[in-house]
Amino acid sequence: MFWINTIIQGALIGGLYALFAAGLSLMFGVMRIINIAHGDFIVMSAYLAVAVVGLLGVNPFLALICVVPIMFGAGYALQRGLLNFTLGGDILRPLLVTFGISVIIQNVLLEIFSADSQRLQVPWLETASLRLGDQLAIGLMPAIVFGTAVIVIGGLELILHRTDLGRAFRATSDDSDTARIYGVNNRHVYAMATAITFVVVSIAGVLLGIRTIFDPTSGPARLLYAFEVVIIGGLGSLWGTLVGGVILGVAQAIGAAIDPSWDTLAGHLVFLTVLLVRPSGLFPKTLD
Amino acid sequence: MSLLETIDLVAGYGDFQALFSISLSIEEGQVVAIIGSNGAGKTTLLKAISGLLRPRDPGEIRFNNSAIGSLEPDEIVRMGIAMVPEGRRLFPSLSIEENLRMGAYCRRSGPWTIDRIYRLFPMLRERRHTPSTSLSGGQQQMLAIGRALMANPKLLLCDELSLGLAPIVIRDIYAAMPGIRAEGTTILLVEQDVNKALQTADRVFCMQKGQITLQGRPAELTRERIKAAYFGM
Repeated sequence: MFWINTIIQGALIGGLYALFAAGLSLMFGVMRIINIAHGDFIVMSAYLAVAVVGLLGVNPFLALICVVPIMFGAGYALQRGLLNFTLGGDILRPLLVTFGISVIIQNVLLEIFSADSQRLQVPWLETASLRLGDQLAIGLMPAIVFGTAVIVIGGLELILHRTDLGRAFRATSDDSDTARIYGVNNRHVYAMATAITFVVVSIAGVLLGIRTIFDPTSGPARLLYAFEVVIIGGLGSLWGTLVGGVILGVAQAIGAAIDPSWDTLAGHLVFLTVLLVRPSGLFPKTLD
Repeated sequence: MSLLETIDLVAGYGDFQALFSISLSIEEGQVVAIIGSNGAGKTTLLKAISGLLRPRDPGEIRFNNSAIGSLEPDEIVRMGIAMVPEGRRLFPSLSIEENLRMGAYCRRSGPWTIDRIYRLFPMLRERRHTPSTSLSGGQQQMLAIGRALMANPKLLLCDELSLGLAPIVIRDIYAAMPGIRAEGTTILLVEQDVNKALQTADRVFCMQKGQITLQGRPAELTRERIKAAYFGM
């Protein structure tokens, strides 16, 4: 029973990792940008939620009503005003620019919020649980995280496969010049991809902040998890990121159950194993 | 008034100049063919017209009497120029029907709808939910033409429709041309297949090394003149 419990808890936390990874995967899929500042944007939205909660005194979940539109706009502006100009040449350019953004975000957060750890508090949720049997209970928060991940990834899949914008994303991903000659304004489509990514980022940031403490330098570790999940799941596959997240979460949970200090190590080992055995991941979709 | 006009058009890739003072005009409703060997600049010319390549000066390309040389490709297709690119360039991760819908992304209204395309090329309907990569070369070319027609263009640019296809398949594809023409669509064909071009077009331009070396109605052009213009001999 102990192991079943461990695996379930790990799988549920995998939902959070999947949320980290989904945005990274979307931006890479549409634009071939690897956003080094991805983790920092997640942490930035958590801080944004801290500010909203502080100002309005609302519940962190309600803060999303403010954080999501702000991040959507920020994502659109960032892509249209800056990142678009890094595309189309050397692949190193977007890497360097987003690396610079990562440094800037960390320092600005440090300046405004200090180095103290923060968290988003939802006291009743921290201990709430759902009883599934005599010896089995799952935390309500992990269940919410996992449910959110399923809904968000399902929503992204719907956008990709059922809307004109989603078709434009996929067509641009295949061949951006050909998409342009059929009327796709790639500057706008790229900006929309980043804006949607930032919606996912803000949801992930708020859930991260409710689940755990964070500080201005928490971003790079989230980026690392997101990377690992994308590689395990397979490039370009959104449902793959959910599977990848679950695998990483379960690996960490099992590692931690054996010895608490093996938590992240076990995750990295599983990632390396997948990289060795299936370098293109479990469900690869992007061909190049 | 011409539908499309290029006036001393100069374009190239970086330091490499591929087009030298190309002047041609296409009247509404015509089928015009451009012939020439590999590297003559035919594809470059179509890229410049469709906006993928900037001409030296925006006024060097005029469509419907306005300069389009500085517009982006998505703005040009909205004005009514759609291209069937060289090598088809279908979207491999989209199904056949989704490829057609991408053609209509610019939302121009007109005679061409998905149903109409399926009537023109019935095999596309049977396989509409399969990936575009499952089609044979000829079928892919039909899909590429259908996708461009979905934009309801006034001017359809076709780059090397016959490239890599068997003669019988080329015949099937060219069989669609009269129907497209009947809708009033003006067509600019780029072809290496000289015979196909001469059979189909009202007017033929021959290009060599980035210049137009010969032009006229097919009936006026003799084999010898075409040979000289095509190979530079």
